[in-house]
Amino acid sequence: MSTFAAAVLFTGVLAYAVLGGADFGAGFWDLTAGGAGRGRRPRHLVDESLAPVWEANHVWLVFCLVMLWTGFPTAFAAITTTLYIPLGLAALGIVARGAGFAFRKVLVRTDQQRLAGAAFAISSVLAPFMLGTVVGGIASGRVPADGHGDPITSWVNPTSLLGGTLAVLTCAFVAAVFLTAEARRRDDVELEAWFQRRSQVVAGVTGAVALAGIAVLRADSPRLFDALLTRGLPLVLLSAASGLAALLLVRRLAPRLVQGLAVLAVAAIIAGWGTAQYPYLLVPHTTISEAAAPAATLWSLTIVAALALVIVVPSMVLLFVLAQRGSLESH
Amino acid sequence: MRGHTAAMGVLAEAVPLLAADSSQVLPARQMMAFTLGFHIILVPFGVAFTAIMLIANYRGIRHGDETALQLARRWSLVAGVLFAVGAVSGTVLSFELGLLWPGLMGRYGAAFGIPFAVEGLFFFVEAIFVAIYIYGWERMRPWPHFWSGVPIVISGVGGTSSVVAANAWMNMPGGITVEDGRVVDVRPLEIFFTDAFWYEAVHMLLAAYMVAGFVIAGVYAVGMLRGRRDRLHRLGLAIPFAVAAIATPIQVVVGDVAAREVHQNEPAKFAMIAALPETGTRVPEVLGGVLVDGEVRYGIEVPLMASILAGFDPDTEIQGLDAIPPDERPAARLVNTVHLAFQVMVAIGSALLGLALWGGFSWWRHRRLPENRLFLACTAVSGVAAVVALEAGWVVTEVGRQPWTVVGLLRTEDAAPTTGNLWPFFGATVVLYVAIAFGTFYVLRLLRERWRAAEAEGEADPGGEGDVPYGPSRARAGDRS
Ligand code: HDD
Ligand code: HEM
Ligand code: HEM
Repeated sequence: MSTFAAAVLFTGVLAYAVLGGADFGAGFWDLTAGGAGRGRRPRHLVDESLAPVWEANHVWLVFCLVMLWTGFPTAFAAITTTLYIPLGLAALGIVARGAGFAFRKVLVRTDQQRLAGAAFAISSVLAPFMLGTVVGGIASGRVPADGHGDPITSWVNPTSLLGGTLAVLTCAFVAAVFLTAEARRRDDVELEAWFQRRSQVVAGVTGAVALAGIAVLRADSPRLFDALLTRGLPLVLLSAASGLAALLLVRRLAPRLVQGLAVLAVAAIIAGWGTAQYPYLLVPHTTISEAAAPAATLWSLTIVAALALVIVVPSMVLLFVLAQRGSLESH
Repeated sequence: MRGHTAAMGVLAEAVPLLAADSSQVLPARQMMAFTLGFHIILVPFGVAFTAIMLIANYRGIRHGDETALQLARRWSLVAGVLFAVGAVSGTVLSFELGLLWPGLMGRYGAAFGIPFAVEGLFFFVEAIFVAIYIYGWERMRPWPHFWSGVPIVISGVGGTSSVVAANAWMNMPGGITVEDGRVVDVRPLEIFFTDAFWYEAVHMLLAAYMVAGFVIAGVYAVGMLRGRRDRLHRLGLAIPFAVAAIATPIQVVVGDVAAREVHQNEPAKFAMIAALPETGTRVPEVLGGVLVDGEVRYGIEVPLMASILAGFDPDTEIQGLDAIPPDERPAARLVNTVHLAFQVMVAIGSALLGLALWGGFSWWRHRRLPENRLFLACTAVSGVAAVVALEAGWVVTEVGRQPWTVVGLLRTEDAAPTTGNLWPFFGATVVLYVAIAFGTFYVLRLLRERWRAAEAEGEADPGGEGDVPYGPSRARAGDRS
């Protein structure tokens, strides 16, 4: 039962990593798109493709938090009392990001747009970085069972920094691939090439960082390293293979397929982390079953998850389909 | 905001304490109050404003009323901005429950979390359909587009009920079995549907409709006071005003029920509301007044009234502060906060009832709302008043629960973190929220100016309309700059 609840929670993490990740990544491209003149067209595409979906994508985060604190309350308290600094910064980043994005659309003067846009874009990088360091802290065993771990070294450490960097890079990668497809849909050849080039560069960089990361993990969190290379190996390889395929075939395959490969690459590496840490929730202190809430709570969560499956998923599909078909545009 | 002055007082008292006390109770409370107080203002616009917008939309399609359609369309832009700010400020709250109240979440998350999990479902639905509705204006046919807005209203009701269920559980915890300080069993339905749930949820929903209704009506009342008495302004005032005016009388009745329930179920809170030092019967109602050294001063007494209100009988006994065990007795400062906040809420509720009756009477007699300056001026301030009542009501509920976070089970000081320093985080949050509040006002003003400019040019479809707030046709904005 508790494993099932953990699986539901983990599904939420996956969904947030992919969908929320694509949102964050779009902010990354917004940030790096260059000056007001040069960056206008990519920014415009970011705006248009993000606007209808970003709020729904970001409810996944709320879903994960709620699942965690209800299903595994003690572990949640341990995490928040230890990692409160990166969590707090991530929360502030999320506020600045959402507000900045919403405001920018209404503003017309370039300087104001720039200010709101900067808030949106900078926090789009800050928030996933912080969330990545949180994952690193948990995965490398820096959150004690009773919480109150070191407030600094729990997230400023090699594994966390690797986690943060990879989080930013994978977000950028997924977003670039999605935006390539989006540009293609609009028959904008120039923009398509713009994002395609960037997706290739960032895929290469991500691969290099991941390779270097192997050495980091070996030195900093041998337990995670071992698990990733044994139990987690198939998933790690799958991730590497689909990432590589996306990198090499980006010009040949249909953008949709590349999108699928990119999602697979990200989902597989996260699933790899999950498998590597199983059966622990807080490595190596607390197992999933030790942290679990009473059975009736877990059942309630299961029912909620089932309802989400029948209500939320179709609605979400409807939203994406409408957005993809261009039914949700105003010109 | 009420909480603000209270906060300053607390602050002055607490600074010397701080050095000796590593506990983070004070910043945690201040921060919770600040961020919740912010979020709650936006809630009515996600919950109720969307319903008001759909009413205009319905009218527009059903009766071919172009003005109503135009209003619905404009409102959806405003709702879009407010919804975004509401959503992100709500997300902060989710983080905060862990960051500020680890003792609460670690111990009772298994119970307290269940309503929040249900809430999560409604948020999903709400966020999805808000997007479909806002972006569907041009591309969907009118009726399907209208119907895509209906799930927003339903999930607004559901979401509000769920969050309030969590709050009601803190006031009247039930449905759990605790062994050795650990929750070992939960009964989810009992957790969700506590006795406090019903009146709190209904009261909050009505408050949302009142706040949204009066605020929007107030905006158009200001416009009319400035001489813009066209059909757009009349209708823009009438629709939200009607919604709020229907909600108000029901709200006063529900508030009355809530007060009697609190008298029954949370006598300690009721003692604070009444600022009653000693248990007794034939208790007078004190209007205004503060508790100083165990006595209520500077108030106006209405004989027997408190007893009559609490039990329809002058002999109804009301527990005083003396009935609370000394180690649980709240400080006079907290009692006064609750007492005055309650009075503010009731005073505003009664005043708004008067306004609603005035409007209703005129409608009944003349089929139109009054258009004299006094009525418009009252309507113009009614929105702010409703917001103040909303905040005051929450102060009654939350501060009135002290020293408990979960009544009888968990004290606030045991819920707060024991290490770390929350002050910098709190400071950063205040700065960010002030910036966002400023940004929101600015952006909404900008929208209005754009509409006005378009009207002045006599465009049929004023320029802003296609410009969904966080929406596409920004290409145009880009080109303009
Ligand atoms: C527009 C806002 C508004 C208005 C006009 C009123 N209230 Fe209210 N009140 C609220 C908005 C509110 C609220 C939404 O802020 C609260 C906080 C918690 C809750 O359930 O509703 C609340 C709480 C609240 C409580 C505490 C409930 C508890 O702690 O469980 C009582 C006793 C009342 N109210 C009573 C009244 C009475 C007698 C009113 C008569 C005029 C009234 N309220 C008008
Ligand atoms: C009476 C109290 C509350 C009510 C009625 C309420 C209602 C709402 C509503 C209707 C929304 C949708 C956004 C909007 O319309 O502005 C929202 C957003 C949100 N609220 Fe609250 N809320 C309350 C308090 C809280 C509390 C205490 C929390 C968490 C601890 C919370 C967490 C959230 C979250 C996470 C969101 C964002 C969801 C999204 O992304 O759409 N809210 N709230
Ligand atoms: C329905 C959703 C709400 C939930 C679940 C909730 C939960 C909490 C929690 C857990 C605390 C901290 C523990 C405590 O001090 O008792 C708290 C305190 C507080 N909340 Fe709420 N709250 C809700 C709505 C609100 C709203 C809308 C306001 C608006 C003003 C508010 C104002 C406060 C204040 C002022 C405190 C501090 C009380 C004190 O320490 O003196 N709450 N709330």
